[in-house]
Amino acid sequence: MPQSAEKVLDHAPLFREPEYKDMLANKKLNFECGVSDARVSEIADWTQGWDYREKNLAREALVVNPAKACQPLGAVFAAAGFERTMSFVHGSQGCVAYYRSHLSRHFKEPSSAVSSSMTEDAAVFGGLNNMVDGLANTYSLYNPKMIAVSTTCMAEVIGDDLHSFIQTAKDKGSVPAAFDVPFAHTPAFVGSHVDGYDNMVKGVLEHFWKGRTRTEVKGKVAIIPGFDGYCVGNNRELKRILDLMGVDYVLLGDASDQFDTPADGEFRMYDGGTKLEDVAAAQDAEYVISLQGWCTRKTLEYAGTFGIKTEVFHYPMGVAATDELLVKLSAISGKPVPAEIERERGRLIDAMADSQAHLHAKKYAIFGDPDFATAFARFVLETGGEPTHILSTNGTKHWEEEIAPMLAASPFARESKVWPQRDLWHLRSLLFTEPVDFLVGSSYGKYLERDTKVPLIRMTFPVFDRHHHHRFPVWGYQGGLRVLTTLLDKVFDVLDRETNEPGVTDYSYDLTR
Amino acid sequence: MSLDYENDGEAMGKLIEEVLEAYPEKFAKRRKKHLNVAKDGDEVAEDGQPLTECDVKSNIKSVPGVMTIRGCAYAGSKGVVWGPIKDMVHISHGPVGCGQYSWSQRRNYYIGKTGIDSFVTMQFTSDFQERDIVFGGDKKLEKVIDEINDLFPLANGTTIQSECPIGLIGDDIEAVAKKKAKEHGKTVVPVRCEGFRGVSQSLGHHIANDAVRDWVFENKGGVEQNADTAFEPGPYDVNVIGDYNIGGDAWASRILLEEMGLRVVGNWSGDATLAEIERAPKARLNLIHCYRSMNYICRYMEEKYGVAWTEYNFFGPSQIADSLRKIAKHFGPEIEAGAERVIAKYQPLVDAVIAKYRPRLEGKTVMLYVGGLRPRHVITAYEDLGMEIVGTGYEFGHNDDYQRTGHYVKKGTLIYDDVTGYELEKFIEKVRPDLVGSGIKEKYPVQKMGIPFRQMHSWDYSGPYHGYDGFAIFARDMDLAINNPVWGLMKAPWKNDDAPALVAAE
Repeated sequence: MPQSAEKVLDHAPLFREPEYKDMLANKKLNFECGVSDARVSEIADWTQGWDYREKNLAREALVVNPAKACQPLGAVFAAAGFERTMSFVHGSQGCVAYYRSHLSRHFKEPSSAVSSSMTEDAAVFGGLNNMVDGLANTYSLYNPKMIAVSTTCMAEVIGDDLHSFIQTAKDKGSVPAAFDVPFAHTPAFVGSHVDGYDNMVKGVLEHFWKGRTRTEVKGKVAIIPGFDGYCVGNNRELKRILDLMGVDYVLLGDASDQFDTPADGEFRMYDGGTKLEDVAAAQDAEYVISLQGWCTRKTLEYAGTFGIKTEVFHYPMGVAATDELLVKLSAISGKPVPAEIERERGRLIDAMADSQAHLHAKKYAIFGDPDFATAFARFVLETGGEPTHILSTNGTKHWEEEIAPMLAASPFARESKVWPQRDLWHLRSLLFTEPVDFLVGSSYGKYLERDTKVPLIRMTFPVFDRHHHHRFPVWGYQGGLRVLTTLLDKVFDVLDRETNEPGVTDYSYDLTR
Repeated sequence: MSLDYENDGEAMGKLIEEVLEAYPEKFAKRRKKHLNVAKDGDEVAEDGQPLTECDVKSNIKSVPGVMTIRGCAYAGSKGVVWGPIKDMVHISHGPVGCGQYSWSQRRNYYIGKTGIDSFVTMQFTSDFQERDIVFGGDKKLEKVIDEINDLFPLANGTTIQSECPIGLIGDDIEAVAKKKAKEHGKTVVPVRCEGFRGVSQSLGHHIANDAVRDWVFENKGGVEQNADTAFEPGPYDVNVIGDYNIGGDAWASRILLEEMGLRVVGNWSGDATLAEIERAPKARLNLIHCYRSMNYICRYMEEKYGVAWTEYNFFGPSQIADSLRKIAKHFGPEIEAGAERVIAKYQPLVDAVIAKYRPRLEGKTVMLYVGGLRPRHVITAYEDLGMEIVGTGYEFGHNDDYQRTGHYVKKGTLIYDDVTGYELEKFIEKVRPDLVGSGIKEKYPVQKMGIPFRQMHSWDYSGPYHGYDGFAIFARDMDLAINNPVWGLMKAPWKNDDAPALVAAE
């Protein structure tokens, strides 16, 4: 009998016990009607070659293991960045259960959002009643300061009009007339979660800015962080830098406290976030700065209509990306970069110099949202590494064109290939046919690590199977240090694992590396 | 042998009234029907124990805007019933999100080479774009199936799991399924599980069951099937129905059934192949664990093929022993002796687990809020460890689930159907149980309140919890949740009422 009370075996060892191995072998042999092991091996080998790669890359309709989610997830994340804001997603209710679960699994935190719970009758008659009833209940039960409305694809397909529905709900007294109910249409069949983020932020700004008179405040910046699973660490690091510099700023959407509430006996449904009056006042900023340009295309365009100057960055990770942001912030605010931050920069460069031999010429495959993928490739180049494959399921042709100059400018990117609108099953073929040393991306990469044995470095949303990574920044020089250390840990762990066989390879199992 | 206790029904009743006050009047009335306290019933169980009555309305539309914890029909079909069948490709047909959020999240364990002959932990989607909504997605679906056939030649079939837009734009996925089944000679199952259908996951289960009936048993696609036609039915053949092998549950169950002398010819649907589905009507008896999600097909198999079915419960030693004996009765003395042999074999393990953990868990109170079978099925497992259930409820139960719950809960237990985020938070805050068992969305709010929590959908990444081997893990997990030192660290020392006054002056 394999199990015992003394040493309780978990699933992994339990099912490797002989009783279970025999049972499963018997099941396979007698009841599964599968194909032969030889045939499985034959097909498995075939999927690793160039012939398969070509067929795979020629796919026109099927998407397998994409690294992107749908718009409303981005909208729910965006809304979480504002003070006491409840996300209200109009449409089918199952979607909301999914967004909440998805965010909770990454952040290991509560994720609150409500649904208007539309069903068949709403599909026929429209979801107006669901909006009217839903807003009233949300307002009564959850005491929000703002309700941010977005949509599932069901509501989009039947063409529900949020603007008029919300007005009707207010007329019927669901919420007070002056209560803030910004909205955004977020069709799941257009773009991805980064576009849902964009639409929701834009919706919030429209709500507070439309009809308001703008009075420009020189030197003031409004900063939009973008969809970022590492917002907890990143936004706090960003604010630390801005405070040190003395910049007059506001973050438009800051979920760092919402997704990092303390455990002290009290469940806080809402915590932190951009104050609503600050959202309105942000219209007076001289500049709106996006830290993730692919998350804010419409929002920046909207800000531009008021004559607000806009600047775009692509995830301030690594040396040059942080440099550029600081130089720009300094120019706008007229405040010099403080000596303390300059020393942090020096320390990061020092660390990179100490370790450069171990990262030089290492090859990487990188996948993630377009801004992240761009930033990580750029940092890899700074370490003398080679970003062999840069893949983004929600990256467009335009994204590919945009990062071409960065790659053209570096000798380390001579063999780099950019893969917009590709999924992780494509990447599997790329990794088998053009192997790399490390894979960088989200937890979804673990299946590629299993199949191709390329070690995975988890560095972007979602990270489900490691805890607390998002609590530490990857932005700025301090963040750079953390990214660097993570890469090096993986390099050394792999090296140790490959040299630890006693009497066989352990002559290389060096104490000092 | 069940534990003897009673909950304070009067206090629970007051709590319900209090919680309802927060709602607008119209919705307080609607929600009131879903909340109740278990009372003495008129009926008695077979063993003479009185049953309680859990009288709530259920399987009704959720109230908009209240933060229901429920999912949708797609989740019920793709996520629960079809998704675990390992040698088929399940297409999330529509926009990318549904497939993405449900990708690998139910922990349906299986043995196979993923991407080669097994496909459970993969996300296949037609990734609908605006043009597919405008012009229809049938052509794209055809191409998707063709590409699956090219790139995954060992897949034994595909299912089309419809997301919301499919039914709204009027696509004819049944026609595509028939056409492609004929062309490729493999089963193609269209499932109309659009998320807006019905009121919860539950209708998705039913629709998925119906799709098994129509497109596998009745073979509407007209393909040659996988199951060995030379298969010789035996006198002790059973199917395990409604075990999704979460964390290996079905394996920890199968081992017991085989040890008692039965032959498990199909497992629905954890670690299953399509052949196991096709072959099911040849079995003697269907053993149904998750009644809610698969009773439909069992009733059909009984009616059409004369396969009897029986419910069982493999959580905790009391229920396991009862169930083994109940199952054995269907097969006569040889298997009955087998059941006794199995019970006796595992008794030392049971005794050791209880001796180790019961003293650490005795008298601890538990609130549950789960789906399917668990709001009732796990109760006795807790009681085997000396723990008491103070509240339970179903995300998507029906009346027959609440009737069955009367066999399990004690008088005075709080009963909540389709509980809202607000209600559950208030109930937990007021009752302050020693443990809450619910899902990922509930885990973190509860833990922040300083209350131990276990996810009872995914087994919190542990498991199996079925069978004797699983009971040891269950007991260990409940102990590690409740008796971890972190719960004693919540309050900063300067926040203690009796702490010395060392705080800064005002």
